[in-house]
Formats: sequence, C-alpha cells, structure tokens
Amino acid sequence: MLSLDGVSKVYQVGTFGGKELHAVSDVSFDVTDGAVVSLIGESGSGKSTIGKMILRLISISAGTILSDGVDISTLQGRALKEYYRNVQGVFQDPFSSYNPIFKADRVFKTIREEFFPQVPGSEWNNRVEGALQVVGLNPAHVLDKFPHQLSGGQLQRFLIARALLLDVRFLVADEIISMLDASTRIDVLNLLADLKSRGLSVLFITHDLSLGYYISERSVILYRGCVMEMGRTEKIYDRPLHPYTQMLMASVPRLDRKWEEAANVMKGQQSDLISGCVYYARCPVAARNGMCSRGRPALVEVEDDHFVACFHAGIGTMATARSSER
Amino acid sequence: MSLQVENLKVYYQTLGGDVKALDGATFSVADGEIMGLAGESGCGKTTLGHSLIRLTPPMRFIEGRVTLDGKELPVWDMEEMNVFRFKKISIIPQYAMNAMNPTRKIGKMTAELLESRRVNAQATWPELKRRLDLVELSHDVLNMYPIELSGGMKQRMVMVLSTLLDPSLLIADEITSALDVSSQKAVVEMLVEFRNQRCCNSVIVITHDISILYQIADSIMIMYAGQLAEKAPTETIIHAPRHPYTQLLISSLPEIGVKHDEKRLSGIPGRPPLLLDPPAGCRFRERCPVAFDACLEPPPFTEVASDHFVACWKEA
Repeated sequence: MLSLDGVSKVYQVGTFGGKELHAVSDVSFDVTDGAVVSLIGESGSGKSTIGKMILRLISISAGTILSDGVDISTLQGRALKEYYRNVQGVFQDPFSSYNPIFKADRVFKTIREEFFPQVPGSEWNNRVEGALQVVGLNPAHVLDKFPHQLSGGQLQRFLIARALLLDVRFLVADEIISMLDASTRIDVLNLLADLKSRGLSVLFITHDLSLGYYISERSVILYRGCVMEMGRTEKIYDRPLHPYTQMLMASVPRLDRKWEEAANVMKGQQSDLISGCVYYARCPVAARNGMCSRGRPALVEVEDDHFVACFHAGIGTMATARSSER
Repeated sequence: MSLQVENLKVYYQTLGGDVKALDGATFSVADGEIMGLAGESGCGKTTLGHSLIRLTPPMRFIEGRVTLDGKELPVWDMEEMNVFRFKKISIIPQYAMNAMNPTRKIGKMTAELLESRRVNAQATWPELKRRLDLVELSHDVLNMYPIELSGGMKQRMVMVLSTLLDPSLLIADEITSALDVSSQKAVVEMLVEFRNQRCCNSVIVITHDISILYQIADSIMIMYAGQLAEKAPTETIIHAPRHPYTQLLISSLPEIGVKHDEKRLSGIPGRPPLLLDPPAGCRFRERCPVAFDACLEPPPFTEVASDHFVACWKEA
C-alpha cells in the first residue's frame, strides 16, 4: 500500500529563482493493494509530477510518501534498490523510452544484470517469454528486434513486461495509452485490468476521462496541483460536485450524446490569486469577493468515499446556481 | 458540389520502392459539409489532406482528379497551386503550435503573409479583428510574439489566419490532439461557428478521435491502409456502420459508463499491412472476422444507401 500525505512540490522560477511555482500542493490519497487509482487532470495539473515523486525521479518539497509505512525519501542504497523492485513506471512515449542504438530487449538484459545475476540463462529466457506472453506478445516476433522495427503498442507492452519480470507490486502508468491507436489501446487497458486481478496496484495517470472510468475504482481530480474531488469512480462521474469536475464531464466528447449548449469555458484563464480557491478565476459559481477569493476550501467528505474541495459542494451548489441565475 | 476527388493516388517514394499511402480515393464533400476523416495512424488520412493542398516530395502524384467548385486543382504542380492555396483551399496544420514565425509579432507576420499573397493587409484588418472576437482572443495578441500565447490561444490564432480569406475548403489536421478536453471542446465548436458564419465553405476534419467527430461532423469517412473503407452521415457511422473495420473500431472505444469488469471491450487483433507491398484484394482481409473468398479481389467503394458508401464484398 502506498499513501501520500500532504505532498507538495515547489519549483523556484524566474530569472533569479525569486518566484515560486506550486506544481503540487498538499495532496493526500492512498492506493491500496490491488487497486487502480486514476489521477485525472489537464496539462499543468501536476499529475505527472506526482508520479515522478512516487518514483523518486524528483524530490518532494513537503509532506511524505509512505510505501508500506516506510517514508520513501529516506531510502538509500540497498533499500532503494529493493523499492524499485516493487515500484516501477511506464511513460507516455514508448519510442523515447528506448535507446535506438540497442535492441529493444536490452531492457530485459539490464534488469537481469541488476537484480537477478544468479538466475541461469535458460530459466531467465523462460521468464522473459512468460512475461511477454502475459502481455499478449509472441516472443518469436518481438525479441531480437530494434525499437524502430516494433510498433508503439508492442514497445509499450515490452515496458509493462519488464515491470512484470521484476514482479512489481505498484505501477505508475503515466499516460501510457495516449500514443496508441484506438484498435490497440483497449488491449493495453485490458492487460492492466488483468494484472490488477493478480494483485498489482496501478496509479493510472490520464487526461482522458473515459479511460479512467473503464479501468479504475477510485479517481482523483487535480487542478493546478490541488485535489478538487476524489473518491469512488462511479460517484465522481455520476454526481460530480465540484464545478471543475462538472465542466470536465460536460466537455468530454461522447458517443451516446452530444454536447449541450454551455457557456464557453475558455474565459478567465489563470490568475495569480495567492489565497483563495485555485479554480476561482474560471469558476461559474464562485461567490465574487466572498470566501472563494479569501480561503482555500478544504477537502471534505460529503458522502461515503467522496471528497470535494469546494465551499459550494453538495446542497450549496444547487443553491448558488439558482441564486446566480437570478 | 464543393469538392470532388476521383481515384486519387499518391505514393511516397522510398529507396525500397513506392509506399502506397493513398491508393485510389473517390469521394465528394458537399457545400457547407463538415466531413470527418478518421482512421489509425498510418492509414493515409494526413496524406490525403496534404495531397489536396501541398503535394511535396517524397510524396508523388500518380493519378487522379481533384475538382473544387467546378475547377480542376493542379495538385501535382507546386507552382500552379499557389493561385488556390490560402485563397480557395487552406489548412490548419497538425502542429499549429509551431506554425507561426517566432521572430515576428503576430500582427506583422499576418500583414506579411497577406502581402505575399497580394492581398491588401489594411483592408483586411477590420475583418481580422472581427474574427479574433469570434474566437475570443483579445486584439492585443497582434502585438505579441507567438511565445506569449498558450497552446489553445495559438491554435485559435492559426485558425483565424487559415480562414482569413474565406477559403472554399478548409482542412483541419488533428487540431485537437494536443489540447485539454475543455480547450478541445472550445476549439472544435469555434470551427463549426466559422462554417456557420461562412468563413469557410466546407471543412475536412482529420482526427483519430471519433467521439469528437460525432459532436461536430455532418459525415464521417473511415480510412484503412491507404484506402477508403466507409463514408456515411455521422449518425449512420456511429450507430449503424456496415464495414467490419468500422464496426470493430467503434465498438472498441471506451466510454464513460463502461467499466472493464462489467463490459469488457476488445481491440482488433493483428496489425495493418505494410503499404510498401500491400496484399492484393481487400486490405482488411487478414484481420477481418467475416472475410471470405471474394475478399481476394479488391472491393469497390460503392453506394449501398443514400450517401452511404462502403468498400466491402459483404455489402456490395
């Protein structure tokens, strides 16, 4: 089990590093064993940053990430190596995840040298072939090839197979579907669903809400580094309570119904409001000059396993919507 | 009839031989029609879009006839096409983010662009400002460099530029793939608004995202491996497709409300054929669940119902 507790990431920006950019602010959620959690947000919402902090590719500015109760930022040496045996990532662009000079199956050789030097060659080959079969690849077709000879879907599955060889328990899947074609992306999603039933936990980072719904039990909606809404996937999708989530749901292109005529959501770009709700500038229900501009709403549980960070959530949303109509 | 394409063939020249990326496309786009063009990567949809406006090497024109508003387009001739480009036929390129000159302010660049086409920039300026209002961009952007604009703003600016001379045909190549869902919605709705306001007559929207086409397109054309598979009104393609490839493609799309443990979707097994030496007959044959003997011959792209064209022996 992995849990994030008040995790923040602050970058120093500007010519002399005088300004602060809050990429992630005070994010807390848990990923239990064998669960798939979707991390959903637009570009710049900090979703990939959270994935990279879990993988320890970048440091944490504040807060802690606990893996089975151990703070991962304290891990060093053997303990860190052991951590990477359990936690791995697969990223968006499968083509740039490989060194084009070497054959693609080098990713398997490197983990054998690093983690399994004692395993005899023949047994290792069996393991590699087994892992490739689990991800739906025919070993004879894909081994001993250069990256440019394989398709994006095959390369992406190679990376998942690599994670399986390590027998990982936690996978950070950062937009792994978005570069794949429609006819193959569903196969990779189904593969994740199968692995979940074998006990793998997945943090599924995506901007595509329908993919998130297909695969995950729980969802976390991020906007500019803050959690807007989180909880059981069905609850969030069926009854979105945060105005941001509602806007996202209304913007998703669907095949079963057409977009409703809605107010244009492009108005009111980002503002530099320091206190107050991060969604203030774009929010249609924000009380101008009211509490929305002064304080940042806390994440509160409005029903069982459904958290919202909005002053107007729940009954309040309806009341404010009506009063703004007047 | 706005655009008519007859048996258009465009190949890519490579050292290994010709790659048959567009192998005999025959279709038409009506006045004011927004036609969606969809398919997997490598199916030739971008090749088709580009060959209508800018056919450069390694692309090679083989044969075919393209007519726009009754006039034949000399698509094979880079020089002669200059008369039509930007004025009669225009494109919003795939990477509109990088389409503008980074060393010029946007207003200056626009003026230079217009002058280069012998159009009076000053006379066009009021219309340019009206179009900026239409896409909800402030007039100040004309005094900015492209780097000062966000991705969605650049996309909208390029949209205004491409349609400034009211082209008869506009090609929108993957204009939404780099945008967030909320900007996506805004951009494609603006595209529809442009058509409604007659800023462009007909539109071809090239995308891999069929659910976006369902929202805005009047008709959808599906391509597979360099050939046309099916063209029909939007509702028909989504709810009653007749080509097996379209059927499998539509049924593999995940939607909100579909969960893996309740309704497991499946992809299409196999891969598209290599277009360097594509198999004879129907190119979908090897992946097709209903293929039979007749599929060894290439199926014709025939009209099976009003405005509904299918290239499949099962339907012919």
